[in-house]
Amino acid sequence: MSELTEERFRERAEAPGNDAGDGTSAAAGGSISVQPDEFHHARDIGELEKVFELESLSVSYAGVPAVKEVSMDIYKNEVTALIGPSGCGKSTLIRCLNRMNDLVPTAEVTGRLLYHGEDLYGPKVDPVQVRKLIGMVFQKPNPFPKSIYENVAFGPRILGMKGDMDEIVEKALRGAALWDEVKDRLDSNAFGMSGGQQQRLCIARCIAVEPDVILMDEPCSALDPISTGKIEDLMMELKREFSIVIVTHNMQQAARVSDRTAFLMVELDATEQNRWGRIVEYDATEKIFTNPGDPRTEDYVSGKVG
Amino acid sequence: MQASDIAASGPAAMKPRLEAASPRYGEKITIALLAACAAISVITTTAIVISLLVPSVEFFGDVPIKDFLFGTDWGPTFTPPTFGVLPIVVGTLSITLWSLVFAIPIGIASALYLSEYASRRVRRIVKPVLEVLAGVPTVAFGFFALVFITPQIQKFWPGFLGDEPGIFSALAGGLAIGLLIVPIIATVSEDAMSAVPNGLREGAYALGATKSKVAARVVLPAALSGVVAGIILAASRAIGETMVVLLAAGNTPNLTLNPTEPIQAMTAFIATTATGDIATGSITYKTVFAVAMLLFVMTLLMNVLSIRIVRRYREVYE
Ligand SMILES: Nc1ncnc2c1ncn2[C@@H]1O[C@H](COP(=O)(O)OP(=O)(O)OP(=O)(O)O)[C@@H](O)[C@H]1O
Ligand SMILES: [Mg+2]
Repeated sequence: MSELTEERFRERAEAPGNDAGDGTSAAAGGSISVQPDEFHHARDIGELEKVFELESLSVSYAGVPAVKEVSMDIYKNEVTALIGPSGCGKSTLIRCLNRMNDLVPTAEVTGRLLYHGEDLYGPKVDPVQVRKLIGMVFQKPNPFPKSIYENVAFGPRILGMKGDMDEIVEKALRGAALWDEVKDRLDSNAFGMSGGQQQRLCIARCIAVEPDVILMDEPCSALDPISTGKIEDLMMELKREFSIVIVTHNMQQAARVSDRTAFLMVELDATEQNRWGRIVEYDATEKIFTNPGDPRTEDYVSGKVG
Repeated sequence: MQASDIAASGPAAMKPRLEAASPRYGEKITIALLAACAAISVITTTAIVISLLVPSVEFFGDVPIKDFLFGTDWGPTFTPPTFGVLPIVVGTLSITLWSLVFAIPIGIASALYLSEYASRRVRRIVKPVLEVLAGVPTVAFGFFALVFITPQIQKFWPGFLGDEPGIFSALAGGLAIGLLIVPIIATVSEDAMSAVPNGLREGAYALGATKSKVAARVVLPAALSGVVAGIILAASRAIGETMVVLLAAGNTPNLTLNPTEPIQAMTAFIATTATGDIATGSITYKTVFAVAMLLFVMTLLMNVLSIRIVRRYREVYE
């Protein structure tokens, strides 16, 4: 197996063959405020580049399974949503994608997870390198107790990124639709911002290191509807440049922002003692919400259960 | 069913009893006892301050406060006596300085190791050991300095630093006190570091930070005010330390910051002068109180500073 290096990833991520993907994504993201009933028309998977390929991926904590045998492909420049009831393993699954689960000593991942065709859990893969390319935004905004500027500059600094730091910071803050709100107080502490601003700062911090993928675990669950709307609009912009995976409890949000949706559910064994999450259905968001293939999906998205 | 029951019994029938069933004297006695215990420490502190204050004020009637604080000649038991306290203040500060130079890096490094790197099992063993180390009688540290640290310093002294230290030196005292206060800095800092929300670490990891970057750039800065509070606590401890300085640093008033020379610390002066045969009301007697008062003020300032910082530290994550 060839070594998993940053250069290699970048090469793949920026390969010229993906231009077709960019063109269509611009069309899909053309209208920025998407109405709840208006779906992104997921493109035919034949024309898409795969970012992740999950093959029978299972995760257990201290030997107890949390998610079992998840197989799905995640595509470039799309927003992929993971939905499902509490405890079905959405966070567990998304944290596999940038090896965040390595920080939990009891977590064990089995199965295969390919990232641009490379085994993400291969023996030579460095999780630190992986996380440079696959950023994450968390449920609770977690800015560092530093100034707004220093929060954004943090990543580029520790990674030794070259270039004018002021420019890098401004670009990232503009990218997170935050620049106009904070440009006059870059030196003030990030804790003085509203929750929604803090979350957009965390997004700015994430995109400042120019990742390939952004993972978001319930990024709006601590926010009011207006801040949520801003972040949803932002995601429509961001997916032109990045691939996004989002966990959400909010059905409307999944319907509004995502191109593809995976529905996970808790499954019990015969004794009803052990429970784990399993994928029920994974398809274009429009299909999941209007014409699901599985009755359990229909019950969940229509609010009958969960 | 139930509703009609209540309606049938009517308001007159259900007169609830609202007074206490007994006067509850036990409760009142408990409160009084607890308050009395709490008062003991307050009363003692006040009593100490007053008992220090009275002879000190008398002392400053005999010796101008300016001569005391800024004089450079300390010989209150000589004839004629001199009352310039600076040499022993500098002695105390020099010992404190050297102990901190030694203890701050080691204490912070231990804290970072325990909080960020050590497994839960290691932490469970090492932390109590550190706490026990903080409770070893200080005379043991003093003796250790005399029979082990000083000979080692003399043995490995690099010639280019000048003359090697003698049997008593500020350096040996500083190192021994440093050992004594490492556990204070380490445990207080470790508490502050463990209190840093995990979300901050995850945020940094998600940007591709290595473990050491997370420790140095996120955890340490976020815990900094707690760390500083630990350092100040350790400094107060070093200022007040007596046995170690007597045994390791000597008892010679010496206005110098040179660590190879013997010095006299304020505490050492008090301990060796305030013996049974000191005449109550004599100028020597009052001098002891004046030095003790000054020492009290110095540690009080350190503690006030420490409380301020700890309070600020609490606000960091709001
Ligand atoms: N660090 C951990 N150690 C042990 N078990 C864990 C850990 N994290 C999650 N689990 C378990 O894994 C299962 C899935 O949890 P997970 O947090 O992934 O669910 P989720 O779908 O994100 O739920 P929610 O919607 O409430 O966030 C749960 O049974 C949970 O108890
Ligand atoms: Mg979750």
